[in-house]
Amino acid sequence: MTDPTSTATAPAPEAPPDRGTQRRTSEVAVPLGVMAAVVVALVLVYAVGQRATDLVTQSIVTGLLLGGVYALVSVGLTLIFGVLGIVNFAQGAMLTMAMFLVYEMTTSGGLPVYVATLLAVPIMFLFGVVVQAALLNKLTLAGSHEGPLLVTLGLSLLIINVLLMIFGGRPLRVPGSVDGSVEVFGAVASYERLIAFGGALLVAVALLLLLRRTSFGMSIRAVSANAEGASLVGVDVRRIYALTFGIGAACVAVAGGLMAPFLSLTPTVGEQFTILAFVIVVLGGLGSVTGALLGGLVIGLVQTVGALYFPGTGSLILVFAVFVLVLFFRPQGILGAPQ
Amino acid sequence: MTTLTERPTTIAADDPRLKDSSATRSYAVLGVLVAVLAVLPFLLDDQTETVAVRTLIFAIMAVGWNLMSGYGGMFSFGHAAFFGIGAYTDAYLLVQHGVSPWIAMVVGALISAAAGTLIAFLCLRYKLAGPYFALATFAFAQVFLLAVQNIDALNRTEGFNVPILSEDSWTMMQWKAGSPLYFWIPLGILALGLLGTIWFVHSRTGQYAQAVRDDETAAASLGINVMRVRLVTVAASCALTSVAGSFYTQYYFFVGPEQGFGSAVSVNAIVPAVIGGIGTIWGPLVGALIVGPLSEWIADVLREPPGFLSFLEGLSGLDVAVYAALLILIVLFMPKGIYGTLRDRFRS
Repeated sequence: MTDPTSTATAPAPEAPPDRGTQRRTSEVAVPLGVMAAVVVALVLVYAVGQRATDLVTQSIVTGLLLGGVYALVSVGLTLIFGVLGIVNFAQGAMLTMAMFLVYEMTTSGGLPVYVATLLAVPIMFLFGVVVQAALLNKLTLAGSHEGPLLVTLGLSLLIINVLLMIFGGRPLRVPGSVDGSVEVFGAVASYERLIAFGGALLVAVALLLLLRRTSFGMSIRAVSANAEGASLVGVDVRRIYALTFGIGAACVAVAGGLMAPFLSLTPTVGEQFTILAFVIVVLGGLGSVTGALLGGLVIGLVQTVGALYFPGTGSLILVFAVFVLVLFFRPQGILGAPQ
Repeated sequence: MTTLTERPTTIAADDPRLKDSSATRSYAVLGVLVAVLAVLPFLLDDQTETVAVRTLIFAIMAVGWNLMSGYGGMFSFGHAAFFGIGAYTDAYLLVQHGVSPWIAMVVGALISAAAGTLIAFLCLRYKLAGPYFALATFAFAQVFLLAVQNIDALNRTEGFNVPILSEDSWTMMQWKAGSPLYFWIPLGILALGLLGTIWFVHSRTGQYAQAVRDDETAAASLGINVMRVRLVTVAASCALTSVAGSFYTQYYFFVGPEQGFGSAVSVNAIVPAVIGGIGTIWGPLVGALIVGPLSEWIADVLREPPGFLSFLEGLSGLDVAVYAALLILIVLFMPKGIYGTLRDRFRS
């Protein structure tokens, strides 16, 4: 699954026609509004925030890069949550698993990090397909909410503790990545984080192309919209579920590989991303890849710029405040259609 | 989880001839159970008693969680919030103001009930259901965790140490280590929790709560005040979980943000209930009796593994891995839990 578009052999159908201008305007207006609000907030921080200008710039650059990483973890989750309706609590653990795969390939196999990442993608894809087919399909098809949630919770604990048994709890480092940093508007950005950011954009574009331009993508969207209807017109729903979960896991593999160079690896390193990814997915709109990207950047900014005022873990409270407000007042997210 | 736990009462049981006998039976079972468990401190050594007390704390949390998530159908992923409120109220009032833990327990339960009711009200008011409800409760628990870590009055990440007294004291709920009272108190709390559960399940409100869980629209159309019934269930659930937290602080003489509000605490409330049987009276207890000793037993095995398992010696993580696997298997193959499945088999 390194090149998702290759799965489609049939001629790619056109993107579906828009349902009307009203839908089109809200599709553009809301994200534009969000971006405008973010820009205004940042301008306010500069103008009346009483913080040093270069400090603010640095935190914006850091926030955007961090947001890219968040987006990378979230695009996989938004597919799983959006299409299968599964609250995948194992997303963070799968991320950790991918990082340790990459770690193992770089230390024992002597491969460069980014080559190892490419190799981790098909492995995680298969893992995801097997998890969905063996553990989750029955529960998903039965329409249970709690079942998949509990299974993925168990899976998360299982992955973390098996990794703990194999690698122990001491922090590990992935060797031999790209060192150095570059200056952007007077702020420092490391190459590793820039590469991760670029990776996030690439993955998002690849996923969008897959979903919008291939017949396989159309099947996914059909199942997401109405599984019963899709199965009536000949879509193998179980297969689509398994492959979708696989793609979600493959996204996490990319994320894990790109993030491994600048994180110290412990079996619990991915856990913090699970809940943040849910925040981003809900904020961006279920199943919306663009939404996950946008949501990731917003949350990254909230966290780092918020840290100027609430040091330490305090800025995460802001993140959760955003989450709760979105859940209450716009549960469909920035880019979701109203229910 | 749509099974009714007990034989449904079809007619309002005001007439003595129509009295539901299953409640009486449950009370009797509870009485015998508590009497049997009460002699345990005389049979167990100190090490095993520690495991037994921890098992009881798990059981209280699971019974509390089960009220809201099993009988109320509102799947909470954030019960750590209420456990933590109980633990911190006790620690704060005791350490800073010298208030007796018995009073702090009640105060903590009231605060938890109020907080839980408010959170549930907001979630229900904005019609969060299924996975969204679970995520929202999880988020609130995280907010509590982060807040505690950033509040000076609550010692931030340091937490509280309960001062150790030189003599036994009933008012301060402290005895010398290994005292049977450290077992009897959580046993009493658990007994009260189960007593309350049995009473609740057979009460009018409890029956309404189960009706709302099974079909909200139908229940509302019959004139049930859906919001009120749900909030009452949540309040009871949060209060019980909070008491478990208060006792935790007293027993371990310490509470920090992770011990009180960490997401692992929420998991500890969920797992026994799921393994035993969600929405059953005895399921959470059965689950706790399995999960509680399990990790201790595995730790024992790992200390001196038998020959064929020698490669496992000294590994950490196996205990949680085993109960995670157990959780997955139970959800897949015994969705009613161990107790629920066995009960159904014997009944048919």
